[in-house]
Amino acid sequence: MKTLEGLAFECETGNYHTFCPISCVAWLYQKIEDSFFLVVGTKTCGYFLQNALGVTIFAEPRYAMAELEEGDISAQLNDQKELERICLRIKNDRNPSVIVWIGTCTTEIVKMDLEGIAPKVEKQIGIPIVVARANGLDYAFTQGEDTVLAAMVHRCPEYKHCNTNRKEQKKPPHEFAMQKISSKESTFEQSQLTRFNLVLFGSLPSSVASQLSLELKRQSISVSGWLPSQKYSELPGLGENVYVCGVNPFLSRTATTLMRRKRCQLIGAPFPIGPDGTRAWIEKICSVLQVKTTGLEERENQLWENVKDYLRVIEGKSVFLMGDNLLEISLARFSIRCGMIVYEIGIPYMDRRYQAAELFLLQATCQKMGTPLPRIVEKPDNYGQVQRIHELKPHLAITGMAHANPLEARNIDTKWSVEFTFAQIHGSSNVRSILELVTRPLRRGKGNFDSRSPSLSKQTTGF
Amino acid sequence: MKLAYWMYAGPAHIGTLRVASSFRNVHAIMHAPLGDDHFNVMRSMLERERDFTPVTASVVDRHVLARGSRDKVVSNISRKGEEQCPDLIVLTPTCTSSILQEDLQNFVDRASLYSESDVILADVNHYRVNELQASDKTLDQIVRYYLERAQKEGILNRSLTDIPSANIIGILTLGFHNQHDCRELKRLSRESGVSINLIIPEGEFLRNIKYLPRAWFNVVPYREIGLMSATFLEKEYGMPYISTVPIGISNTADFITQVENLVNLWTPIILGKRVKYALYIENQTRFVSQAAWFARSIDCQNLAGKEAVVFGDATHAASITKILAGEMGIHVSCSGTYCKHDMERFHEQVQGLCDEVLITEDHTRVGDTIARIDPSAIFGTQMERHIGKRIDIPCGVISSPVHIQNFPLGYRPFLGYEGTNQISDLIYNSFNLGMEDHLSDVFGGHDTKEISTKSLSLDIGNICWTPEAELELTRIPGFVRGKIKKNTEVFARKNDISEITVDVMYAAKERLDP
Repeated sequence: MKTLEGLAFECETGNYHTFCPISCVAWLYQKIEDSFFLVVGTKTCGYFLQNALGVTIFAEPRYAMAELEEGDISAQLNDQKELERICLRIKNDRNPSVIVWIGTCTTEIVKMDLEGIAPKVEKQIGIPIVVARANGLDYAFTQGEDTVLAAMVHRCPEYKHCNTNRKEQKKPPHEFAMQKISSKESTFEQSQLTRFNLVLFGSLPSSVASQLSLELKRQSISVSGWLPSQKYSELPGLGENVYVCGVNPFLSRTATTLMRRKRCQLIGAPFPIGPDGTRAWIEKICSVLQVKTTGLEERENQLWENVKDYLRVIEGKSVFLMGDNLLEISLARFSIRCGMIVYEIGIPYMDRRYQAAELFLLQATCQKMGTPLPRIVEKPDNYGQVQRIHELKPHLAITGMAHANPLEARNIDTKWSVEFTFAQIHGSSNVRSILELVTRPLRRGKGNFDSRSPSLSKQTTGF
Repeated sequence: MKLAYWMYAGPAHIGTLRVASSFRNVHAIMHAPLGDDHFNVMRSMLERERDFTPVTASVVDRHVLARGSRDKVVSNISRKGEEQCPDLIVLTPTCTSSILQEDLQNFVDRASLYSESDVILADVNHYRVNELQASDKTLDQIVRYYLERAQKEGILNRSLTDIPSANIIGILTLGFHNQHDCRELKRLSRESGVSINLIIPEGEFLRNIKYLPRAWFNVVPYREIGLMSATFLEKEYGMPYISTVPIGISNTADFITQVENLVNLWTPIILGKRVKYALYIENQTRFVSQAAWFARSIDCQNLAGKEAVVFGDATHAASITKILAGEMGIHVSCSGTYCKHDMERFHEQVQGLCDEVLITEDHTRVGDTIARIDPSAIFGTQMERHIGKRIDIPCGVISSPVHIQNFPLGYRPFLGYEGTNQISDLIYNSFNLGMEDHLSDVFGGHDTKEISTKSLSLDIGNICWTPEAELELTRIPGFVRGKIKKNTEVFARKNDISEITVDVMYAAKERLDP
């Protein structure tokens, strides 16, 4: 493995603001249409969800809390019976195809054996139950999705032959026997387009997912499945001859599980964020699958050309990423390619193996653009970061909502990082929408009133 | 375990944080896992706060689980002390730390040896109290802490102020219209010649707490927060307090009369005269507040006898019920609160003003009750607003929990005489306007949409409507259609009728109309 020279990694105290990983239910319940997410936790978790997810809570969402009470904590109540009762109610009310239990800090601390209970309850109620421990003790924000997808991997049918997949998937997952099939012969018979079994992992809105599939199709590579799929019953087949590739930087557990448990072959590529990322992602997949690419360079140039108006706004501007959703490396790499200067990349957790290709691209981009390498700060300390922001005075701080208003009051333009998680930012067709997000605060600053006016803070002390 | 989608009152630590961050220069450190600091987001976004919320987490992670916090909490406390020099650091337990059962008091004791700041541990049990009770408790704890210390140091000033004065207890960050209410209270007391001694906790420095006993009396505008401190001050320092909520004309008059009584306890001795507020009350009621006149005006006649459902915290739900039933002649079918801990008092307050009382923390029960009653308007929290949206009933928001639109920039108090105006507007605008009613009655409604089948609680199977009956139903004005449809179905079911014809509709109407 090549080494990453020059890139400086630091690690701070981990005193930073981010969303609790259980927030992943917000987008996953929408993605997996026949699912129901049950968060086994306390009032604190519930309060977070109802406040963070705002109005979705009123729209009869397919998620709920199993709120632990004092009797549950002190083991006066039987966990299995309680969960069974609640899941039966969910079955009667909503009849989902799968119930996902989200373990929280509390279930970790009281050592509630969710993985052990799940198969029993599953048998009782006849609905598959997937257990994901997306808790704040171990993970940050988007890593919640990672734990859910890693748990889903075990429910994916064993890959046999791509044409018979459909029928197999209809069976309830626990009935699957391990079927080892030598698919060597069959691959030769496949047409050019379906020669490979390529499964992409990462939850994306279906329109974005099909855009990415289309992008690969142009290089005559067909995507045989997505993890997660639109429906639980349509999970893709996985096995030894299946190539997998991630679309998001926070999916390292899922990648590991795919490789170790399902023996899939991981394609380590940069992530398809921005024209540069998208091109590099496609190129890497093509090179692994030994497909010759066509027209990628022209396409990338065209994309850059299309967004010239935005680039003019941000060229030469500096940006500081405080870090909370693990998209930071890709965003920074894209920003640098857009001509920005990145001072610092804060990131909750840095998997240098899973993100290796992305880190190389970051390095290459810095060289290409002639900008210094940014410092990468793992587990950042928000207090220290705010001090550095005051010293460096970046044009833009990409930060969580807890800091956005106070920084604005101190004349630092900010962009909420959470929006990058929910907006469509992948692939060629969404280049404008990322730039729209990045440039919005900067364009707003050019308005009628002087953005360099004295600080609006009540307690300002010389900043 | 409880299946829950929504909760009215938040977890205990939110209450503690609200009190801590309302005081000036107080920092709260949560003993919590990553992501539990969502309070900062709420404060920054809802209140549009310009300053960093003085709340940090001492993060509980795997290492803490394995080996205990050890020095982590202590070093975090002393670090915050150095960085920001707060007067007080409140160590805040969360649901997680409640189960870990680490000796947080020990951390506090150790940290106070090193730290320049005072350090206390918020004494709240996460599994027994909710946000509101916790904030009450924490405020009481802080008040006691600083008064007892002042007493020990002999710097407590117990002499009454020269002119009548009052403390306002319980104005908090993220409280429903608290900032506006506070301004209105100040105005009310200024006009009645009572100066404000201290307002806690909002914006007050802890070093001023020792002046609390100088006031002649205390005012606790909201039942949920401040009563504990007020009773403590009464017991310990003989300070009387007013816990009447000055929301609505009669409550405000009652409030001012109580102020008069309390002021007159001392004025004859200190100032050599008595104060009288009767004239003030009359003038305010007649000229400043438009509510009394509005209630008598022709517009309000149309509201008489209309049905409403009220739900919210104990303070607001009880006061609004009183206004609706007592001052505007509206029929309150159901009044309810989620403040279970205050239910006796709530019952007492709304007795005789409504048909039924609902005490619950379960929003689906509230929703079902509303659907069953099918009122003309709802007054509730954001949850009730959304229930109303789903079944097409207008709703005025009168209580937390709230959204960002309930932190208005404009002046919108609920208390005092200006408050009565605001509430009158809110109530009036929530009902369908009078003429609109008549016109749609006369012209058979102006919507041509399909009939919506709205059933939150009622699930009436195997009753079908004939096309004629359905057509007839569309001729009924929209705002009563739901009710008529439901009544007819109930009638049909009672009489074992499986098909509703136009005849059945009229039979039902005859039977059910008075």
